Amino acid sequence: MRAQFVFGEVWIGLRRNLTMTVALIVVVAISLSLLGTGLLFVKQVNHTRQLWQSKVELSIFLCDNNPLSPQCTKNGPATKPQTAQIRQTLLKLPQVVNVSYRTQAANLAQFKKEFAYDPVFVASVLPGDIPASFQVKLKNAQADAGPVKATVTGMPGVDSVGDDSSILTNFYRLLNGARNAVIVVAIILIIAAIMLVANTIRLSAFNRRRETAIMRLVGASNFYVQLPFLVEGMIAGLFGWLVAVALLAGAKAGLDGLQNYFPFHTQLSLSDLVEVVLVTMFIGLLLCGTTSFLTLRRYLRV
Amino acid sequence: MFIIERCDGPVIHFESVTKTYPNQSRPALESVNLDVEKGEFVFLVGPSGSGKSTFLRLILREERPTDGRIYVAGRDLARLTNWKVPQLRRRIGCVFQDFRLLPGKSVYQNIAFALEVIGKPRRFIRKVVPEVIDLVGLEGKGERMPDELSGGEQQRVAMARAFVNRPMILLADEPTGNIDPATSIGIMKVLDRINRTGTTVVMATHDAAIVDSMRKRVIELEYGKVVRDQSRGVYGQAY
Repeated sequence: MRAQFVFGEVWIGLRRNLTMTVALIVVVAISLSLLGTGLLFVKQVNHTRQLWQSKVELSIFLCDNNPLSPQCTKNGPATKPQTAQIRQTLLKLPQVVNVSYRTQAANLAQFKKEFAYDPVFVASVLPGDIPASFQVKLKNAQADAGPVKATVTGMPGVDSVGDDSSILTNFYRLLNGARNAVIVVAIILIIAAIMLVANTIRLSAFNRRRETAIMRLVGASNFYVQLPFLVEGMIAGLFGWLVAVALLAGAKAGLDGLQNYFPFHTQLSLSDLVEVVLVTMFIGLLLCGTTSFLTLRRYLRV
Repeated sequence: MFIIERCDGPVIHFESVTKTYPNQSRPALESVNLDVEKGEFVFLVGPSGSGKSTFLRLILREERPTDGRIYVAGRDLARLTNWKVPQLRRRIGCVFQDFRLLPGKSVYQNIAFALEVIGKPRRFIRKVVPEVIDLVGLEGKGERMPDELSGGEQQRVAMARAFVNRPMILLADEPTGNIDPATSIGIMKVLDRINRTGTTVVMATHDAAIVDSMRKRVIELEYGKVVRDQSRGVYGQAY
C-alpha cells in the first residue's frame, strides 16, 4: 500500500471538483451540527428533568380559617385526628417517598424566600393566608402526581393540592417540540448530504475515468482503484465534521446562556459536548464512507 | 486457493469459443479454436467487425464467452473470480490505437503509474522505469509531457507502460493505426524487441505492409470465424 500515491490521487480529486467539495463540506457541516444540536437538546432536557424531578413536591394544603374549597368552608379547619389520618393515608401509598408537615409560619417563610424579588407581592400576603401543608416527595414526580392527588383530594381536612409538575409538563412539551424540529431538519439535511456525497463521488469518478480505466487495465485491485475515492469522500466528511464541532461548541454556549433564564439551571458539561461531537463524527464518517462505497460499486466496475 | 500454472502449455488457449453480445443475432466470435504458444508473435487480421477486438477483450476478461473455454497463462477464465481478475491483467500488457496516456503526467510518471497502482515499491519503480524508457527508444525524454511528443513517441510510451511489469502477453490493438508508415517501422521494431524477451505478442492490425514484412504467424478472422491460420503468413490478397 502506497499512502503517498493514494493521498496524491485524493488531493487531485478534491481539487478538480472544488465547488462540489466545498458544497459537500458545508452541507455535511450543517447537517451534523443540527443533528448534534438535537442531541445536545436531548441531553439538556434530560438533565433539566432530573434536576426538577428531585425538587418537585406535591403540596397538600390543609383546611384553615381562610379555606378555598367549599368542603373546608363547611367543615371548618382540619382537626388533629383528620391531620393524622391524612398523614397515615399518604405514608401508605407506594408512590410516596416521604411526607413532611409544614406549619403556616414555615410556609410563609418559604413563600417570602421564593418571591423575594417581588416585595410588593410578598407584602400583600398576610400571615394566615397560606395554610399549613404536607409536603410529599414522590418517587416519580410526573407519573405519580395524578394518583396521589386523586387519593387525597376530598379527604376531610384537605383544602387543595398543589402540583408543581403540572407546570413542568408544558415546559417539557415545549422543549421536546423544539428538539424534534431540530432533529427532523437534521434528518432532511442528512438525506441531502447523502445525495451530495453520491454526486460528488460520481463526478470525481467521471473526471478520473481515464486514470481508472488504465488502473483496471494494468491490474490494479478494486481496493486500489476505489480507495482514493473513498478517502476523498471521508476527508470531505471530516472537514465538514470539524466545522460542525465549532458550530456545536457555539450551540452549547447558546444553551448555557439560555439556562440563565431559569431559576435552577443545569449547564451541560464538557463531557456531554465531547460525547455528542464523537457521535456526530462517527455518523459523518459512516455516512460519507458508505455512500462513497455504494456509489463506487455502481460507477467503477471491473 | 492456488492456481497451478501450466508452464508447458499454450499461453492462450481457445476451445470452441463463441461470443454473442446481447441483442445481436450474429455472434461476434463463433466456435473459435486456437492456441498461442509462449513467445509467439501473432498477427490478428480481418475486416472491421470480424471479431478481432472481441478476441482481445475475451483474453483480458473484459467480456465472458457465451460458450466454450478460454485459458490464459494457464488459468481457466471461467473459474476466475472477479477479485482475481486484476492478477490476470498484471500478466497482460495492452497497447491501443489511441495510446491512452494520462495528459497531466510526464512520460516517466505515465509509466510509473502502472507500477504504483499495483503497489510496487518506489525503489523498484525508480530502477525499472528508466530501463524500459531506454528499451522503447525514448532515452532522455522521461520528463516530457505527452502533448510534447509525436504520435510515434506517444505509442512508445504506451508500449513502455504495457511492458514495464514484464507481462507474459502483450496485446496490441492496431498500434500503428494512428501512425504514418515510416514511424510504424520503429514501433514494430520495439514490439519485436519485446517479443524477443520471451513475451508473447498478439497484434490486431489492418496494416498489410507490416504483416507482409514481418513474416510471422497470421490468424485471419471473418464474421467471427477463423478462416486462415498460417505461420510465416502474409496479410492476404483480398484487402
